[in-house]
Formats: sequence, C-alpha cells, structure tokens
Amino acid sequence: MSATTTPSRPGKPILEFERAVVRFAGDSGDGMQVTGSQFTTTSALIGNDVATFPDFPAEIRAPAGTLPGVSGFQIQFGSVDVHTPGDAPDVLVAMNPAALKANLRDLQDGATIVANKNAFNPAGLKKAGYEQNPLEDGSLAKFRVIEVPLSDLTREALKDSPLDPASVDRCKNFFALGIMFWLYDRPLDPTYTWIRAKFKGKQVLIDANELALRQGYYFAETAEIFTAHYAIKPASHLPPGEYRQISGNEAIALGLVTAARKAGIDLFYGSYPITPASDVLHALSRYKAHGVKTFQAEDEIAAVGAAIGASFAGALGVTGTSGPGVALKAEAIGLAVMTELPLVVVNVQRAGPSTGMPTKTEQADLLQAMFGRNGECPVGIVAPATPAECFTLTVEAARLALTHMVPVFILSDGYLANGAEPWRLPDPDAIAPITPRFVTSSDGPFRPYAHDPETLSRPWALPGTPGLEHRLGGLEKWDGTGNISYDPDNHHHMVALRAAKIERMQVPPAEVMGPAEGDLLVLGWGGTFGALRTAVEQVQREDGAAVSLCHLRYLNPFPPDLGEVLGRFKRVLVPELNLGQLWTMVRARYAVPAVKYSKVKGRPFQVAEVVARLREELAQARAEVARG
Amino acid sequence: MAESTLPKKLTRKDFVSDQEVRWCPGCGDYAILAAIQKVMPELGVPREKTVFVSGIGCSSRFPYYMNTYGFHTIHGRAPTFATGIKCARPDLTVWLVTGDGDGLSIGGNHLLHLLRRNVDIKVLLFNNRIYGLTKGQYSPTSEQGKKTKSTPMGSIERPLNPLRFAIASEATFVARTYDTDVKHMGQVFEAAARHKGIAFIEILQNCVIFNDGAFDPWINKKAKEETLAFLEHGKPITFGAGGRKGIRLRGFAPEVVTWGEGEAPPADLVVHDAHDASSAPAFLLADLEAPMVMGVLRQVEAPTYDAGLVGQIERARERAGGKADLAALFREGAETWTV
Ligand code: SF4
Repeated sequence: MSATTTPSRPGKPILEFERAVVRFAGDSGDGMQVTGSQFTTTSALIGNDVATFPDFPAEIRAPAGTLPGVSGFQIQFGSVDVHTPGDAPDVLVAMNPAALKANLRDLQDGATIVANKNAFNPAGLKKAGYEQNPLEDGSLAKFRVIEVPLSDLTREALKDSPLDPASVDRCKNFFALGIMFWLYDRPLDPTYTWIRAKFKGKQVLIDANELALRQGYYFAETAEIFTAHYAIKPASHLPPGEYRQISGNEAIALGLVTAARKAGIDLFYGSYPITPASDVLHALSRYKAHGVKTFQAEDEIAAVGAAIGASFAGALGVTGTSGPGVALKAEAIGLAVMTELPLVVVNVQRAGPSTGMPTKTEQADLLQAMFGRNGECPVGIVAPATPAECFTLTVEAARLALTHMVPVFILSDGYLANGAEPWRLPDPDAIAPITPRFVTSSDGPFRPYAHDPETLSRPWALPGTPGLEHRLGGLEKWDGTGNISYDPDNHHHMVALRAAKIERMQVPPAEVMGPAEGDLLVLGWGGTFGALRTAVEQVQREDGAAVSLCHLRYLNPFPPDLGEVLGRFKRVLVPELNLGQLWTMVRARYAVPAVKYSKVKGRPFQVAEVVARLREELAQARAEVARG
Repeated sequence: MAESTLPKKLTRKDFVSDQEVRWCPGCGDYAILAAIQKVMPELGVPREKTVFVSGIGCSSRFPYYMNTYGFHTIHGRAPTFATGIKCARPDLTVWLVTGDGDGLSIGGNHLLHLLRRNVDIKVLLFNNRIYGLTKGQYSPTSEQGKKTKSTPMGSIERPLNPLRFAIASEATFVARTYDTDVKHMGQVFEAAARHKGIAFIEILQNCVIFNDGAFDPWINKKAKEETLAFLEHGKPITFGAGGRKGIRLRGFAPEVVTWGEGEAPPADLVVHDAHDASSAPAFLLADLEAPMVMGVLRQVEAPTYDAGLVGQIERARERAGGKADLAALFREGAETWTV
C-alpha cells in the first residue's frame, strides 16, 4: 500500500517507557470516544496491555464548548500488566477550554497538555468560564503545554476536499489522533481500516479522515513541538492466544449467549433502555443468527415479566438494567423466587439514588440486590471484577440460576460496562455444559415442587409436555405438590428452603492475592479490582508489607471459607464505591471488626489514593500492636 | 413420556383441574369457567400446549382451575409474562385472564402494549366494575358517582370503556360477551381462538357480593331483547321484538330506527362489517348503550409480534449461512490479534 501505509520512521529519538496514560477530552460532539477507541484498538493490536475509561456526559449534546458537554476517554497502555486506566494522564489532549478546565485537576505536575489553540478564543474561553486565556496567563506553568492550531491545520490539510467547512472541522479529532500516534509510535493502518469500514461508500469522507490522520502524524514528526517520541513495547505477560478487545457490556452479552448454548436452550432477553445497560440489549439484538430473542419492553416491569414468562416456557430468561430499573422489577423477581424459576438479572450499576448520575459509576446496589424485595426473598449474586471477567461470571450466574432454579444477579457497573481490556478468546468446548433439571415424565401425579436433595432445585417441566400440566403462582406452595398452602409450618419450612437453595450453591473458595495471613487484608468486590490490585501490589513491593487482596466474585453466597480467610488477618479494610455495603454484610455475617473505606463520587478509585489509605491502615495496625 | 392428549377426542372434563373452585357462590366467574372448559375440546389444541396466565384478582384464580399449564402471576403484569411465554414458545396457545382492575388500572400500560404488538394471545377481561378481592372499592370501569368503601360520597372519576381502550390500542380482534349466556360466550371464545393475533374479549361479569346486578339494565332476561344487539358480520345490526329495530347513522351519530311488523327494514340500516379497515365503526359500536352490542366488533388481519420475532431469527440465520457457532460469535464485529 503506497499512500496509506504508516509513514516511515522519522529522525527524532525514541524513548522507551513501560506504560503511559493518555486522555482525550473535548465536546461530546468532537468524537472523543471514537478517537479514544481507535487509540486503544491500535495499542492492543500492537500487543500492549490496555485498560480504558470512557467518561461522558449524560446529556447527548450539551451546549458546545461548555463544561457539562465535556466528554473524555482515558487509556492506559503498557508492556507490563495494566489493571486500571491510570490515575493521572501523562498526556491530556484538550480540544477546547472547557475540556482543559474539566480535566486540569486530574493532572500531575509535569504532565503534557496538547491543546487546540484555535478553540481558546474569547467565545470559547467565556463558555468555559475562563476570564483569561490559560494558555497565556502562566497558570499552566507546572505543565508542558503544546499549543496546536488543530482547527487551522485540519482546514489547511483538507483544503482540496469537497467537504463543507463544518464537516472538515469534524475531522480535527483524527488530526489530533495522528499527532498522538506519532508521539507514541503507533501505526495508522488499523485506523485506516476502521475509517474505510465506517464510511463505506462515502469516499469523500474516507479520504478526508485518512488525510487528517496522516497530516496529524506528519505534523508531529516535522513541527518543532516534540523533541522525542515514546515507544511502549508489546506486553510479554499476556498468555498466548487469540485476543480481542472487550467491554463489560459486550462480555455480558457474549456470556449470555454462551450460557444458553451450553444449556441447550434459547436465550430470551427482556430489557428497557437505560444507561449504562442499553449496550447489552444492542449487542444481543444483533445476535439473532444465534437464536437470541430480544424484547424491548414497554417498561422495566414488562422486561422482567417477559423474561420470567420465557423461563417458564423453557428459555434462559434474562433481564438487564441499572439500579432504578431493578427497583421496579423487585416484585416480579420475588415471583421468580416463589415459583422457583431460573432468571438472570443484570444490574449495570450507576450513581444513585433516584436518577442520580446516569453515566457515572458506583457500586451502591449490593444491598438492593440482597434485600430489595418484600418477604424473605433470597437470590444469588455475582460481581465481575474486570470487563473480560463479565463473560465468565455471566456464564456462572446463568449456571447457578439454571442449576438451582432461582434468580441470580450480576452486579456490573458503569466502569466495567464501558471500560475495555484485551480478552483471550475462550475455547467454547472447554466451557462446561449446564444441565438444568428438566423432566419429561412422572410416575404418578406430577409434583412440580419435588426438590432435589442436593441442589434443592425443583423439576423444570416445560409447557408442551403431556402429563405434566401444572400451575405456578405467587401464593405460598406446599413443598412437593406445589399446591397453594397457608399452613404455618409449611411456610416456615419453605422460607428456609428458599434460603438454603442459595447456600447450597457451589462457589469457589476465596482467592487471596499475597500472603495467606498478615497485617492487612483488603476485601473488595466488583469493578474496583484493578485499582485495588495495583495498589496492593505496589505496597507489597515498595513497603514489603504483609498486605493481601481478597476480591470477591460471589456475594451471595459468600465463598465457603471467607470467614476463615478474614480471621487470618489482623485488620480488614473494605474499600467500596458506596457507604459500606459489603462492609455491613461481612460484619453482620462474620462479626469481624472490618474497617470501611468509602468513596462515592461517581468515579472509580485511583491507585494513589488507595495506596495512601493502605499505608495509613498499616501504620494504625502497627500502632495498635505497639500499644499492645 | 405420556401420550399427547390430541389424538383422542377430549371432553370438558379433561380441562377441569383437581383444585376446588373458590369463588363466591353465585359469582359469574363459574359460568365463564364452564364456558371455557366446554369450548376447549372444540379447538383441537392439546391440553399440554395450552397455557392460562393471569394477574391478581378474583378472576385471576382462573388458571388453578384449568387442567392445562398455568401461571398465576402478579398484579397487572400478566400481559408481560404471557408475552414472554408466547415469544419463547410460539407453538403454545396462550390465554390471559384479567379483570377491570388488574387489566385496566394497575396493568393498563401492559395491556395497551400487548394489544398494540398483536401478540397471538387471547385476552379474557372479566369486567365486574368493582374490586372484588380487596372487598369492594370502585374500579376504572365503575360508573361516575358510584358509592363504594373508598368513595363514600360517590366516585368522581370518569369510567373507561374497555372496548374503546382495546380498539384504540390497535387490537386486531375485539369482542364483548356476558356471563349468563354460555352459548354466546362459547361462540365468541371460539372465534377468538381461531383469530391469528391478539384477541380481546370483554366479559360482563356479575359480582354478587360487591356489585350485584351491575349489568341488569342490559342483560336481565326480560329487558335483554330490547337492550342487547347481537352483531353478525355482514348483517344489519337489529334487535328488539321481532328484530324490528335497527341502527342508522345521522352524520356520525347513530340512531335507533323501528319499523312495523311485516314492513321491510329501512334501506340505510348499518350493516356490521367487522373487517372494516377503519376502526371508526367499531368505536361507534363500542359506545352504544341502548342497545349495547354483543359479539365481535372488530376483526382485522395484521402480522403478529411472535411471528415477526421468529421470522427475523430465521432471516438472520439464513444470512449467516450456518456460521453461528460460539467461536464465530466471539470474533463477531471485533478485530483480533494473536499473542
Ligand atoms: S367477590 Fe365478587 S367477583 Fe370475587 S369471587 Fe366473589 S362474587 Fe366473584
């Protein structure tokens, strides 16, 4: 390929780094998510380990140039293990003054800012609330500021394009991407491929975007703005295999299809659009060739009702939503518990209460999943720790639901849902089959509530099976026959049985990263894993401290040995993006003096803040020992 | 596996479950249950392929009494469960039993969308114009001014006409019948069962305990001839002694015309066309109070939701040309690389 191949090696020196963090920030109309994704894909394709964090406003198009309209995309990429999108960007690309202002507080001294100089005009500054131009007033002295007239340069690069001025201006994100590709020594071909697929049949747009990208690259190479560029070698720790990038929501969708296939049944997904869970519905609606039925319901209640109806009829019934939707589904989930039907409930958590902050992450729906229904109404709960793990744990959630005939929650969150990481494609044959307790005949009258002594599952007799006609409902059942019963002892027995079903679930033992006993155990769950792991490893490495991480994937039931694990540490710290929900559960269950560590800002933990907190805890623990 | 129940001719008894029926003595629900159990063997659908779904309320106990598959769900939400069942398993015949409170109050939204989507489900709405199970509060179909436990000074709400609701919700089959006419119920149920798509049937049902005689002005034996008009597709709408009363339109307003014995009926009588593409005539019929119409107001053809869902899956499968294994799925739409 002649004109479109990656330009040849420039003459400036290349400095090698283990990892780097880049954040693209601009108007929500500036294409920052696309720009970030392209940078990520390219980095993954050349073998880096990556983790991303898109951060976008709830408004689809807030007024251009204003702070509420700023959309960001952060990526950390490295030749070493990367578990988080990084605390602070090494390079911030700011497409306008608002993007600079909104992101400035996250930068550390010495960070590089690539700013679109053209947007720092009086109108742009005013919209962002700047009285003076920060590029000129010396307020950015702590940073390395690179002013690039992005709009002018893009216009100049595309002066021969037949595109109208507005469309030309929209290509400036690729000009900026070209600059970043040069800076981090990445190839342009993957993005060319993407552009050609995206704008298929619109040659003018293909040409313009490719040209903007290439000219950005050349500009960085030749202009006297960077003295060197950086290389980050392919990661060597990734196990061999075929990889793709995957977000949490995509992984859940794939996990659901896989689970249904492994159980030999159809997948039915009932859902009502809600941020940040809608992408699961979007993904599944494209998998029709795999027999997936999706149903966009009239509301959250209808979505879960249809899913339970589908389960009754013999499908894997699944409903997906976020916290407000779970609140609406509560009564129906209770019916699934009572009728002992399998159901998977996906909750991609977001900041609450009420509408809260729809695009911001939080993990404050754990107690809702545990207790948010009338009556004694237990369900299984799993929580993936990384985007890729959303796949494995979704399969496991479905396995538990189908094996025990109960609803099982998957607690994902906005951070996992939209964040992405490399995923090694699993061998489908290596995933264990799922075997629900189907029945097709009965000696004597059919007993729909005859429970299996081991799993406590009741038999799943599908409509269409002659001789097994039976009626289910939300009224209390007589164990065995399933007839309506108001008998006091039977009710007590059935309440206990439904609780025991959850306790009977086979879940793996708690995994401890670090010493099996010691001064401090960090007990986490869900999407905070990357930050907690990185922080714990740093403290282990730098301080030689006896600190370990136990990150729970199973929250109901807990791993069978969790009580013992907690008992082996002098101190237990429970970091959560809530006011202490897992903390409440472990204290109630194991009566351990665990300490809570809450952050409820709609943002994930930063590694540095966790490290600081761990050091405080260790100091406290030492002080307590010294006091005796 | 037990034999399918299809080959041998089923009887009413085959559809009677072993559960004791627990409605109040004299409740209209008994007659409706009997009519359904009687019509079931005529439909040629095996017992095991039939599912009765209900919400909450007196009528919603119905599935327990049918020896078919059944699901007694939660208040107002039966349409959602029924939709899931039919979509997951289009081979099943799904009946939905609801009431004026369950279907039109708490579940109004779901019923609207079930009708609009034209899911192939048969809806029996027992309209007794009162809340029975919660012991006598007014319902969305109670008349204005009705004094009940929760409206000691009379209800200030305007009632909803279930048929107009169904027509406005784009239901493709809309009918009315009443609990004291087993034969008419049977005819309407059978017509509904044979309709491809959603069927909505309002059944006027007497609640002997909390709203006894609510429909007496229309359906008591003596008055009936003058107050009910039985619809037949393609025939003029007539009623009264000797069938010598009819309906005709003055502008958009219907009026009753009477003619003498031995006289020819007027030429401009309204002839019932259940298949009219326009829903306007059905609205006019639904509105009539004197006489009140019974039978099928509207029956039109439209693609069903469940068939559409299956059709898209089949098309997608054809397009994929059998490349729908998991390994292919994992790569779908993504760039991959090898380490
Ligand atoms: S309360 Fe009324 S509707 Fe309910 S069972 Fe008794 S008579 Fe029938």
